[in-house]
Amino acid sequence: MEITTKSMPYEAWKDNEYIESMIAELKANGTNVIVGSLDKLINWGRSNSLWPLTFATSCCGIEFISLGAARYDMARFGWEVARSSPRQADFMMVAGTIVHRMAPVVRRLYDQLAEPKYVIATGSCAISGGPFKNSYHVVKGVGEIIPVDVYCPGCPPRPEAMIYAIMQLSRKVKVEKFFGGVNRKENQKEFLKNHPIESMTD
Amino acid sequence: MQDLSFITGWIDSFLSTTCGLAPWLTITIECVLIGLGLLLMYALLALFYIYFERKVCAAFQCRLGPDRVGPKGLLQSFADMFKMLIKEIIPLNRVDKFLFGLAPFLVILASMLSFAVLPWGNGLQVIDFNIGIFFLLATSSIGVLGILLAGWSSNNKYTLIGALRSGAQMVSYEISISLCVITMVCLAGTMSVSEIVAQQANGWFIFKGHIPAIIAFLVYIVAGTAETNRGPFDLPEAESELTAGYHTEYSGMHFGFFYLAEYLNLFIIGGVAALLFFGGWMPLHIAGWDGFNTVMDYIPSIVWFLAKAVAITFIMIWFKWTFPRLRIDQLLSFEWKYLMPLCLVNLVLMVIVITTGFHF
Amino acid sequence: MANIQEIVGKQFPEVTFAQGETLELTVPDASWHALAAKLHKEFGFDNLRALIGMDWGEELGIVCYLVNSRTYEMIRVKVSTANREEPFLHSITDLYAVAGIYEREVYDFYGIKFIGNPDMRRLFLRNDWVGFPFRKDYDTNPEVNPVRLDHEETEDTTVTYVEDADGKIHAEERVIFKPEDFVVNIGPQHPATHGVLRLRTAVEGEEIKKIDLYLGYIHRGIEKLCEGLTYPQTIHFVDRLDYLGALINSHCVCMCVEKAMGIEVPPRAKVIRVIMDELMRINSHLLAAGTFCMDLGATTMLFYALRERETILNILERTTGARMTFNYNVIGGVRQELDENFVTDVKALLEIMPKAIKEYNKIFTGNVIANNRMNGVGVLSEDDAVDYNITGPSGRATGWNYDVRRAHPYGAYPEVDFEVITRTEGDSMARFKARMSEMEQSCKIIAQLIDKIPEGEICAKVPKIIKLPEGHWFQEVETGKGAFGCYIESTGTTSPWRMKFNSPCFCLAGVIDHLTRGQKIADLITIGGTLDYIVPDIDR
Repeated sequence: MEITTKSMPYEAWKDNEYIESMIAELKANGTNVIVGSLDKLINWGRSNSLWPLTFATSCCGIEFISLGAARYDMARFGWEVARSSPRQADFMMVAGTIVHRMAPVVRRLYDQLAEPKYVIATGSCAISGGPFKNSYHVVKGVGEIIPVDVYCPGCPPRPEAMIYAIMQLSRKVKVEKFFGGVNRKENQKEFLKNHPIESMTD
Repeated sequence: MQDLSFITGWIDSFLSTTCGLAPWLTITIECVLIGLGLLLMYALLALFYIYFERKVCAAFQCRLGPDRVGPKGLLQSFADMFKMLIKEIIPLNRVDKFLFGLAPFLVILASMLSFAVLPWGNGLQVIDFNIGIFFLLATSSIGVLGILLAGWSSNNKYTLIGALRSGAQMVSYEISISLCVITMVCLAGTMSVSEIVAQQANGWFIFKGHIPAIIAFLVYIVAGTAETNRGPFDLPEAESELTAGYHTEYSGMHFGFFYLAEYLNLFIIGGVAALLFFGGWMPLHIAGWDGFNTVMDYIPSIVWFLAKAVAITFIMIWFKWTFPRLRIDQLLSFEWKYLMPLCLVNLVLMVIVITTGFHF
Repeated sequence: MANIQEIVGKQFPEVTFAQGETLELTVPDASWHALAAKLHKEFGFDNLRALIGMDWGEELGIVCYLVNSRTYEMIRVKVSTANREEPFLHSITDLYAVAGIYEREVYDFYGIKFIGNPDMRRLFLRNDWVGFPFRKDYDTNPEVNPVRLDHEETEDTTVTYVEDADGKIHAEERVIFKPEDFVVNIGPQHPATHGVLRLRTAVEGEEIKKIDLYLGYIHRGIEKLCEGLTYPQTIHFVDRLDYLGALINSHCVCMCVEKAMGIEVPPRAKVIRVIMDELMRINSHLLAAGTFCMDLGATTMLFYALRERETILNILERTTGARMTFNYNVIGGVRQELDENFVTDVKALLEIMPKAIKEYNKIFTGNVIANNRMNGVGVLSEDDAVDYNITGPSGRATGWNYDVRRAHPYGAYPEVDFEVITRTEGDSMARFKARMSEMEQSCKIIAQLIDKIPEGEICAKVPKIIKLPEGHWFQEVETGKGAFGCYIESTGTTSPWRMKFNSPCFCLAGVIDHLTRGQKIADLITIGGTLDYIVPDIDR
């Protein structure tokens, strides 16, 4: 089964092994990946309507603005409906360094996103701490505090790279199952169990 | 011009005569059919508007807009709808659950009810009664209740400020809208929607009422934009100030209702403007040009109505993507100091025009 | 200068003088406040440009750079304390308004408490943070300060230290927000804060009563990181401070190191640097204007501004290879030769810029709603600008004619003719218009230089291992936001003992509370947008 998006030939993707291995793994676990037609319809809707949360901390955020502007125009893919309220957004583009003081905020924003929710770690800071890895106040990758679906490297990544990252996300969404359990949900639950919030205050 | 009431008439006679159903059953079935028809229309229009606005604003901003999903991106809003339908609705702690759940339905109900009296086409109108316009004004103001409830019940400071702004704004601008409508009702001499349309057969009211009608139209468009909470009057959901305003805490389809209602209200404002100023479904007739008039009559009445409404809403979308937002005190003083006095003077002017017979 | 030495020396015999880059006064803490008052009142040093916390190993202390706002004269004052356990210094908040936020920063990093500062809370770090990270004996073990996912307590009170008549110091509690205040929390994740700034705002209806500023949501500890790196390695960090002035910032650091080492930059590199700086300034102002308009609701303007910005980015990318973080300036000059099409590209840009600026003015500046939103909103007086150390377009909009390019010319600026844009109104409109006019001036500067780029080397001969002599240097440049300063204190090794980036946005953030009192919530957006701060530059 070839998972791809419109006007993107399957061979053009750089990491087909990953998605193939993901499908193989799901098949091995007994999950029927040949999804039903209703699932197909839902996945078509979901993968084509990814609304980002307006969330940026530093340089990558400016490139994210450029992504919306005329030259790159993410509106072509239907991603331009950036919501300021996390409850209405589908995915979170963690654009920029996450520091200790920001970490609980990021986690709360993630918790506030409505299911199904996805995370793209954009830029080397969000992936690993980047050039600030040795700092006393920088989280070494946003993957330490929330589950990440796609990593988009660069410092900051060019808008083209961001488009590729969101397309990858949309491809991942396509192999999801809605009826009978979302297949990536288990990982998510496990992650949140392993990274508990010490004391729940509100 | 063709009268579309033959379709409804045929359905009615089919149910009662051919199938031989009892009158109460016939009416029930008809009501259900109409309800379904309206719902479908409602959904399709909302989806169309979402796509339309995204394309229009993209054009203003030297961009392309949606063009990947479906041909020319036409299916983009369908994808959004499917997504929204199955998106999680987050249950919140410490909110007034009943009011929180009720608010989006109130908002959607208000715009839904207004659909009933819009003159869709020749013979295509759900209810046609003698105070149709009055009914329209009454129902469309239920919407503000939904917004206030949404802001209050969410137990969030942003939504509360958004709702209070919205309440102040919509109640104020309602006055201007009503006064403009009354001005036109004076000209028509009736509140019945079908009669208002019929009177415009030999010239739309904007031509017949000339100066006062044009003033009323301009005020109506401005007040209508404010009434729908759209830019430059989008303070209740001013993104840069209040994240998402009164619907900050809503997710999934609840948010979807607010999102749809915004576009539907836009259409209703356009539809009412078309009805009052541009003859509803009535084709463009110019007295004396018989050939021209017959050609115009060939265009179906429903196309006329939709085209007029969409053209008016296009102007409102244009506003939104051009002007910066007003501040709340400027917004209110604009209404109370300028628009409302202007409307009152305009009403007097219209009455003078009518009594002196100075209209066409 | 000799005059100061004579008069001050007579009144304060305990003050010692040294002549370095600037006149240096070393004063014991006891007479620090009195000396500051004298310098402020009698010598006109009314602008506190920088207040830098220091850890000299044995002693903790501060270094202040004071500027005379009329003559642009600069002096340096050093105050220190030997008590590392309970260090106290006297505050000068009552003399210089900007000192309030600077002293909080020093407290946060070094633990020095300031007697008389009304608000002695942590500024960047969580209030449950253990230790003071900039001290040389700070415990860097991640177990001491792990990544915490629970939210810190929000405090409605703060502490201030007061000295009695008999010299005893005791803490006093001060209330920030009363329980009956309606406090709206704006940020850190909020579309209008241009990043992650948190403003706790007490409102009454739509009116703002008070704003309490929380910083540090993007505090990356860059200055501390620099202490462990060699000088060439530190340059790339400043690209990521104010990422819209990346080239200007790195220009500053390079100049500071060059000054310390006595390297003469070849004329070609000087001109290239200035052209790049001005391109960067246009880029910065374009984005500032665009995002500001978007915040006001006029989204379309943002896209028009970004359209021209992409043209500039194209030019920069062809030469430097990057769109935002260029890493183009190196010690001694620039990294690469210019792109072969550079001159034609820049000329094409100069061609379109006047038309574009005209278009922006047509779509936004002339709009009646925009005028109502900006005129008379957030008025900053000239004295306040000096007091709060507001430099750059925001400062010049008040009438304070301070531009580092003119006051202390550097690079190729002495050769070019340009106008320092000043306005007198000091409101949001003045700040916005000042930026618009500055873009025109930048075009003018580029136009003068683009045909006269001298031939020759692009980088001076620099030793392989860059080692600075013992000493300290302070260099300022004019970025799109204001005067950006780089302070280096060296002990003679390959890496700095202390490196401080004195960012203009930090002071801009400090003035928000002052500007927004009594304004509407919507005006907060206008004021924030026209001040044009970049949050990573505030937090560093």
